[in-house]
Amino acid sequence: MSEPVTGISRDDVVHLAGLARIDLSDAELDHLAAELPAILEHVASVQQVAGDDVPAMSHPVPVDNVFRDDVVRPSLAPEDALAAAPASDQQRFLVPKILGEG
Amino acid sequence: MTTDLTRKTADELAHALATKEVSSAEVTRALLDRIGAVDGAIHAFLHVDAEGALAAAADIDDRRASGEELSYLAGVPIAVKDVLATRGVPTTCGSKILEGWIPPYDATVTAKIKAAGLPILGKTNMDEFAMGSSTEHSAYGPTHNPWDTTRIPGGSGGGSAAAVAAFEAPLAIGTDTGGSIRQPGALTGTVGVKPTYGGVSRYGLVAMASSLDQAGPVTRTVLDAALLHELIGGHDPMDSTSIPEAVPAVVAAARRADVKGLRIGIVKELGGEGFQPGVQARFTEAVDLLTAAGAEVVEVSIPSLEYALGAYYLVMPSEASSNLAKFDAMRYGVRVAPAGNDDPSAEQVMASSRDAGFGDEVKRRIILGTYALSSGYYDAYYGSAQKVRTVLSRDFAAAFADVDVLVSPTSPTTAYPLGDKLDDPLAMYLGDVATIPANLVGIPGLSLPVGLADEDSLPVGLQFLAPQKADDRLYNAAAALERLLEQKWGGTLLSRAPELEVVR
Repeated sequence: MSEPVTGISRDDVVHLAGLARIDLSDAELDHLAAELPAILEHVASVQQVAGDDVPAMSHPVPVDNVFRDDVVRPSLAPEDALAAAPASDQQRFLVPKILGEG
Repeated sequence: MTTDLTRKTADELAHALATKEVSSAEVTRALLDRIGAVDGAIHAFLHVDAEGALAAAADIDDRRASGEELSYLAGVPIAVKDVLATRGVPTTCGSKILEGWIPPYDATVTAKIKAAGLPILGKTNMDEFAMGSSTEHSAYGPTHNPWDTTRIPGGSGGGSAAAVAAFEAPLAIGTDTGGSIRQPGALTGTVGVKPTYGGVSRYGLVAMASSLDQAGPVTRTVLDAALLHELIGGHDPMDSTSIPEAVPAVVAAARRADVKGLRIGIVKELGGEGFQPGVQARFTEAVDLLTAAGAEVVEVSIPSLEYALGAYYLVMPSEASSNLAKFDAMRYGVRVAPAGNDDPSAEQVMASSRDAGFGDEVKRRIILGTYALSSGYYDAYYGSAQKVRTVLSRDFAAAFADVDVLVSPTSPTTAYPLGDKLDDPLAMYLGDVATIPANLVGIPGLSLPVGLADEDSLPVGLQFLAPQKADDRLYNAAAALERLLEQKWGGTLLSRAPELEVVR
């Protein structure tokens, strides 16, 4: 069985918000840092249940990879796919620069 | 039978439509009028598609007049939870990040509804991305419980349940990740069913937790739920977790409604402490009715239930944090540039858009899920939670070796006042204790209204659970209990709901 882990600091929340790509405000960070420990303490009970001999269950029903025949089927027209884009240009999604972050 | 079209069940409407006593256009107009009259107070709908619904109704009326063979529910209007994609009709999932999004495709459930000719009245309110148990986490304001508009309707599918309870629609679609169909059913005095995982296609259902989500019927009667279940269920090649088998014979089971000799297990761990006295009292009376009707009732124990809530609040946020990564402000959804930055990077735009577009509960769950999945904590949290699913699944299998169905109260409490638990997420999570086990192990569950609690005169729900792919057992048992209760009451529970003020 794994070592029990508990505790989450405000710095941890800052790090997690970065991983999750959410620009949380200071107030939001304070709030989450205050309430997450209680939630984690509650859910940490799962660590007491099963040993190494119990397999993990990812899906409640057996899941096999599903293949379909390699045939052309109707799909979204480019204008439909782009219709909801915040910005587009010549049948492409227009995005901000992807390099140059500090 | 009542003459008010809005009060009729879907089965009654289907019959009246088939015999041409009434047209779909008349029914649809009556329901749109009802929505106009009461939805200001209820706020069950985020979007009403009057034009689309009336066009679909006129089309069905024409096809019926020309003698075309139609689906049984053809022409019976329906409301759809705003988490299912509807082509050409806004789909927001109750989130600002999808404000104004018009899906370019239909979910399979939507496509089946359209193919069967049911006019879609509109999209129902929900907690943002189905994260919540009260509909208060909708970015567009809460839904109000038709029994007492100062109280929550449950969640996340409070809009669908309230729409059906307030006679704004005879049928609605809900989705249930941890109880979001069943708990609102219990709190609004309506019927809600979570089918077996994989029984209804998830294609086009905006995912919260892919291994837990399941769409299902929200109705006023057990038979109506069965009719809708049969319509939306079945194998879909577009969903790789869809069960490649026929839908269980749920309609036949609802018509059978016979519990003689049925073995029913009361789940010991889901009752007593933490359960409101009026909830416990109505539950016990309902079980007594089943016993009197010939069911063999025993108490069963599912020891690992104690850990189910913890497992759920790890698996669900983990999957949600992964699923919601797609809202990156690049291909659809709201894009918000960071303040004071003239030339932001894609990553900075992503982070500011997600901060602006997501609400508190969604952020809380994404952060929690990101933590549970992060290096160093994965085995302790997500890995352990997945093992609990295995243990829980074994415990349920052992219970179902001795009984045909399990029963418990659906929710430990009746509807609480709006705002009561908004600042205490853990307290709100604890209200899901009876419903989440079914999602973790993939079994079907049904909530049936069984009366009003003495202390507050608000609806109480009883939950039936059955083994995977035995959804028909739920309908048989629930239809039997529904009949016994309505005989005792001399009518439906909803006929005792207070009349809503009608705005003309």
